[in-house]
Amino acid sequence: MSFRPPAIAVFSSAIVAALITLTPPAQAHEYKVVDGAIAVSLTGQAGDPVNGKKTAVHRKKGNCLACHSLPIPEQQFHGEIGPDLNGVASRYSEGEIRARIVDPKLANADTIMPAFHRTEGLFRQIEKFKGKTILSAQEVEDIVAYLMTLTE
Amino acid sequence: MLHRLFILSGVAALGLVAMPPASVAGEWGAYEVGDIRSGYTYAAEETRAIQDDEFGNPGFIWVDYGEELWSDVDGAAGKSCESCHGDASAMKDGVSGMKGVATKYPVFSESMGKPINIEQQINNCRVNNMEADPYKWESKEMLSMTTYVKYQSHGMPVNVDISGAIAPFYEKGKNFYYKRRGQLDMACSNCHVDNAGNMIRANLLSQGMANGFPTYRLKWQKPGSLHRRFRGCNKQVRAKPYANGSDEYVNLEVFLTHRSNGLPIETPAVRN
Ligand code: HEC
Ligand code: HEC
Repeated sequence: MSFRPPAIAVFSSAIVAALITLTPPAQAHEYKVVDGAIAVSLTGQAGDPVNGKKTAVHRKKGNCLACHSLPIPEQQFHGEIGPDLNGVASRYSEGEIRARIVDPKLANADTIMPAFHRTEGLFRQIEKFKGKTILSAQEVEDIVAYLMTLTE
Repeated sequence: MLHRLFILSGVAALGLVAMPPASVAGEWGAYEVGDIRSGYTYAAEETRAIQDDEFGNPGFIWVDYGEELWSDVDGAAGKSCESCHGDASAMKDGVSGMKGVATKYPVFSESMGKPINIEQQINNCRVNNMEADPYKWESKEMLSMTTYVKYQSHGMPVNVDISGAIAPFYEKGKNFYYKRRGQLDMACSNCHVDNAGNMIRANLLSQGMANGFPTYRLKWQKPGSLHRRFRGCNKQVRAKPYANGSDEYVNLEVFLTHRSNGLPIETPAVRN
């Protein structure tokens, strides 16, 4: 599927912006997609790669190992659904990696990979997850920082 | 149960041990029809061996209890299933016999104006013909009776007809199957069509076929209904599940069971 995202898509609305100030942790932050990448940190802060690795493995957070393999041999059973993420930082820029975690459907509308930082366009969510993103903005940044260490 | 244990000790006395799994790698025989493969072909060899061992398959405890319930008189009408249907193991001829029945379910019910599955037909009989209380969906009784009734068609190919009045319900089930849902935004098809044969963490994704239900799950140490499986698969993508026996799940069952057409009924199947 080679669906090319529009050059500039701005995801923001007054409602989302208002909610951010009320309930910060799991609410979608605003971001700007340029050429398939989100160049700027969602939180304006650098991520912590050590925490990012933990969040990526955590089954109730990233659970990335469900679908990908990562260079973490101490974890058993890496999934085969997506590509091996070892070396991903040599293939993509930081902004492209961020976009693929925030909303991989920007690059491929048919992908099975969940959008980890999006709340719109979802159907029949369990109540307690409604309006919540899978990962908080800082958790996304931490995972981005971790993946940026995977240069192979 | 006693009957089976008796045979088991007889076989042991003759020095015969459990048969090896009927399948050879790459050649799945009846468990494969065109592109369609039973969950059996994705199960671990040890799991298949448990299913194939008629004496060791723990699902038979439910078959045996179902057999007891079959002739138990219950309800104000003073009847058992046997009073109307006779010997369950006989080929169905009009009313009597259950062999072959489960291959056709879900069927369109004229009186309800919608499809019903085996569990619902069992409860229709209990309420209308026996004047007994309906079984609760996931109760030991319902699982046993469903397992027993389906077991009468063991090895026979699933053969659900989706022509006529049932067709629009099949379409609804199909839409459900391909619709993304939940916070993880995944459809049944994302896992069981697009990724069958791939590992999702420690699980090998199968095509998610319906021909083994109720399925004995080693993880639960008991059988579960197909609708329980639907609920589990919905919850793991953080989607709100529907109720057991809901129209949505029965429609999904029509689609999924038809998708399994041609595969043998394996009840009681054994899975992880
Ligand atoms: C349910 C499956 C699934 C989960 C969970 C998942 N991914 Fe993916 N991911 C995929 C698939 C499939 C692709 C291939 C691209 C596509 O489908 O468009 C992919 C692609 C990617 C890519 C692009 C890599 C490349 O070489 O093209 C990155 C980066 C990525 N995933 C990161 C992650 C991270 C980080 C997590 C956890 C926070 C994660 N994924 C969780 C399925 C998944
Ligand atoms: C995130 C992945 C995923 C999604 C989405 C999913 N399932 Fe599953 N499903 C599994 C896993 C893992 C299993 C256990 C291994 C197997 O049999 O595939 C399973 C098992 C099953 C089985 C049992 C198969 C057998 O042989 O015993 C059925 C039936 C099934 N799923 C139906 C569905 C339906 C219907 C939907 C949508 C409502 C669905 N699944 C959505 C992951 C998924």
